[in-house]
Amino acid sequence: MFDRRDLLKGAGLAAAATALNPTKALALDTVTLPFANGERPLVKYPQKRPMIGLTSRPPQLETPFAVFNDGPITPNNAFFVRYHLSDLPYSLDPDKFTLEVKGKVDKPLKLSLKDIRKMKATEIVAVNQCSGNSRGFLDPRVAGGQLANGAMGNARWRGVPLKAVLAMAGVQSGAKQVTFNGMDGPVSDKTPDFVKALDIDHASDGEVMLAYGMNGEDLPFLNGFPLRLIVPGYFGTYWVKHLNEITVVDNVYDGFWMKSAYRIPDTPNNAVEPGTAPKATIPINRFTIRSFITSVPDGAKLKAGGTTLRGIAFDGGKGIKEVAVSTDGGKTWTNARLGKDLGKYSFREWTLPVKLTAGSHELKVRATGNGGETQPDTPRWNPAGYLRNVVETVRVTVA
Amino acid sequence: MQRTALLAISLALSAAISAVVAAPVNYKIPDEVAAFKPGPNLEVVQGNCSACHSADYINTQPPMKDKKGFWQAEVTKMIKVYGAPIDDADVGKIVDYLAATY
Repeated sequence: MFDRRDLLKGAGLAAAATALNPTKALALDTVTLPFANGERPLVKYPQKRPMIGLTSRPPQLETPFAVFNDGPITPNNAFFVRYHLSDLPYSLDPDKFTLEVKGKVDKPLKLSLKDIRKMKATEIVAVNQCSGNSRGFLDPRVAGGQLANGAMGNARWRGVPLKAVLAMAGVQSGAKQVTFNGMDGPVSDKTPDFVKALDIDHASDGEVMLAYGMNGEDLPFLNGFPLRLIVPGYFGTYWVKHLNEITVVDNVYDGFWMKSAYRIPDTPNNAVEPGTAPKATIPINRFTIRSFITSVPDGAKLKAGGTTLRGIAFDGGKGIKEVAVSTDGGKTWTNARLGKDLGKYSFREWTLPVKLTAGSHELKVRATGNGGETQPDTPRWNPAGYLRNVVETVRVTVA
Repeated sequence: MQRTALLAISLALSAAISAVVAAPVNYKIPDEVAAFKPGPNLEVVQGNCSACHSADYINTQPPMKDKKGFWQAEVTKMIKVYGAPIDDADVGKIVDYLAATY
């Protein structure tokens, strides 16, 4: 279905992007994330509000955590950014953009953005979370992007089901996986290009999507303009940005970013004894269940009496069944009231009025999913620092 | 090699600037400000590591107990996994700088 409103918005954004001036990377301020060597600049990029700067080439930006208290949808200008390789398509013409669909298909395709926008559109609200979100909290620490809890976000994505595009191309029998490549790449041809793969059944499930819209606007450049893969419930590593190449293959893709990187221990809870190496690994996949208190930062000083705690919860796609909150360090728990259900892949808001007496309190929050999965009291550990979902604790002083 | 990469980046940037009117999207990232801390063999580190990534990739790594082992593993990973064209003679110098400085 041709959506004139989207096209108009697209044109407006393109004009705005053309007018954007180079910005000086003056650090606006700094923030200190709560782990050793956690000082970061707050940086301002085009189309983004001030964000926590992790790296500048390629750009990696973390969302300031207070943003998550503003509502269940993360604004485009606050959404986290993660790249692997430094050659970004900074200068791209959406009118010349082509998505290629090839490999084990009857009819290879070359689709323009217009072709894709003419197809029947679908929308889904889904969390994207970096595999390395919260890595900075690991003990013992591990190498990699040292993030606090802000490498996640929730958006309403608009686009077309991958299933529909694959059906147009006609997947041949014997197809095993589908690989995804974006326009960003390495600066050296010796560095493996960032290519990800999904099993053919997963790619054809009707939920995996090619998105051009995010919260009613075009994708921001740093979030994959003009087209990215949406893999609901799965870690961000699969959500390939600037997506322009889809290949159906008849084997299990063995490129570096699948075979060697983004692997988790093949153990029941995908964890190992801290500081040890796993015997066998599998590709990272679905989110573990998590919940956060967003209304009160750690170390806050509160007034004695009544206050309403609020926050968010999400999981890998079963949906949130309940959220329990403790104000006494985990001795007693009370179920919170869940907010509007925006879908099983979305952040679910929660609120709970509590009465706090004078003294020190440990506030804790624990979500349970519709599949029964809940959060552990002690953090799981693996060498790459993935899947952190320990019950979060916020320490407050009440007077 | 690293010089080629840097040249490619600066060419890409100047192409982007000259295309400001024609190209519908011309995204301008802020200038890179993160710098390597002063230390032994600084120029070797700048010449090699900067080809592919900014200095904050190193600056933000956690303080490790076994600094030498940690940084040796990182440099080896850059060469073996990411194909960084680092001369054998430079590897020890880079590891020494990283272990002494971060």
